[in-house]
Amino acid sequence: MQPAATSPVIEFLDVSYRVADTQVLSGFNLQVYGGETLVLLGRSGSGKTTSLKLVNRLLTPTSGDIRVKGLSNKDADLIRLRRGIGYVIQDVGLFPHFTIERNIGLVPKIEGWPEERIRVRVQELLQTVGLEPGIASRYPHQLSGGQRQRVGVARALAADPEILLMDEPFGALDPLTRDELQREFLLLQQRLHKTVVFVTHDLREALRLGSRIALMEAGRLVTVLAPEDFLRSTDPLAAAYIRAFGEGLESAANRGTS
Amino acid sequence: MNVFRFMLHNHEQVLELTLEHLRLVGFSTLLAMLIGIPLGIGIAHWPRFNKPVLATANIIQTIPSLALFGFLLPVPWLGARADRLAILALTLYALLPIIRNTYTGIRGVDAAVVEAARGMGLTESQLLFQVELPLAVSVILSGVRVAVVISVGLATIAAAIGAGGLGEFIFRGLAMVDDRVILAGAIPAALLALLADFGVGWLERRLQPR
Ligand SMILES: Nc1ncnc2c1ncn2[C@@H]1O[C@H](COP(=O)(O)OP(=O)(O)O)[C@@H](O)[C@H]1O
Ligand SMILES: [Mg+2]
Repeated sequence: MQPAATSPVIEFLDVSYRVADTQVLSGFNLQVYGGETLVLLGRSGSGKTTSLKLVNRLLTPTSGDIRVKGLSNKDADLIRLRRGIGYVIQDVGLFPHFTIERNIGLVPKIEGWPEERIRVRVQELLQTVGLEPGIASRYPHQLSGGQRQRVGVARALAADPEILLMDEPFGALDPLTRDELQREFLLLQQRLHKTVVFVTHDLREALRLGSRIALMEAGRLVTVLAPEDFLRSTDPLAAAYIRAFGEGLESAANRGTS
Repeated sequence: MNVFRFMLHNHEQVLELTLEHLRLVGFSTLLAMLIGIPLGIGIAHWPRFNKPVLATANIIQTIPSLALFGFLLPVPWLGARADRLAILALTLYALLPIIRNTYTGIRGVDAAVVEAARGMGLTESQLLFQVELPLAVSVILSGVRVAVVISVGLATIAAAIGAGGLGEFIFRGLAMVDDRVILAGAIPAALLALLADFGVGWLERRLQPR
């Protein structure tokens, strides 16, 4: 990543968000660059989900501005903005009344792709996320949690968006499946170079997947660090995280796919 | 069985009144769906209107049916024809279960599904027609089922204002103190209610999302 050389794909400019009398985010400034995986790390309630939802405008900031590909979110067409951003959430939210094929192909379909192209794209995506082709005709309730989240990722990738927003996508999975999906995410990202904002409260996951880690606390951005620097950081909050997660973090930070 | 001999003997009239009954119930249910489903969708999306709308439908339901028919009698265009009036009254009664179930069905759609749909760029109408309504349809239909069953029973009272239907036998039988005549109205009405319950129930199961 050469932050100075390129302009950011996503930019938070002095963003605040309050709801009722809760200040959820304050003075939030952050740049996300093309092809990087920026991890938002913080305890629950620190404002990670809110930050993500401000990007695809599921929420509107109280003040400040968010720019996506240089264009202020205020001026963007809401539907076009969202279709250009893949969105993956912990609860997946697959459409229970659609087959896997229709789930993945929904955005292409409403974008008016021809049937045949959608079918080919769905098969391609199933392969990309490590699912067998036969799964296309099944329904979400017939899948395991890990398979469902793979479908969630495939669905987000369907119309080939440049940006991916992922809100604790692997948080509800068992440790082995989570490890598998993290590894595949790294392989996928090596190939696709999406601009990813990835939310987690798991430092190990942040070190493994992130090209940079943005540490949040109580609606504020504390610091943004590369994984190697995070481990050496003298910031008290970063240090507290490292203490809480204990030994063996260095191996997580070398970003191995093994 | 005297009742069945009576019905057989008067089978033309039984058929005619049954069809009249069906017409009252059919029209009023259709109208109640046309009004109630959009209203239910409306209050599911603008919860501010939820209380007033449901409260109004609730109050209507508590008006005794004979009184409601009476209240509507002096209304100019309506009062001119008894069947119009009966259809309107039946529509009003059918609203509550339909509005309530539409509201419940749509609010019951998994929040994660709605969030994912919005997040991937579905328009509000795509969200409604491709996601919310298909997932709520069996709950909505179970409201329709309740409405139809209530209507079949209530429609017998429409005969009191001369709107016809199987209530004619019932009121005539009451006046004549003749059980056979009462039952000639009551039995087909009960069968209609069972049939409607079964029919809509079947549709409900057919359209059940997975
Ligand atoms: N609609 C809301 N009403 C009240 N409080 C909210 C609302 N949305 C978020 N919050 C508060 O904002 C804070 C941050 O929420 P969130 O962004 O979901 O945090 P995170 O994803 O880091 O767990 C939480 O304390 C939460 O209670
Ligand atoms: Mg969250």
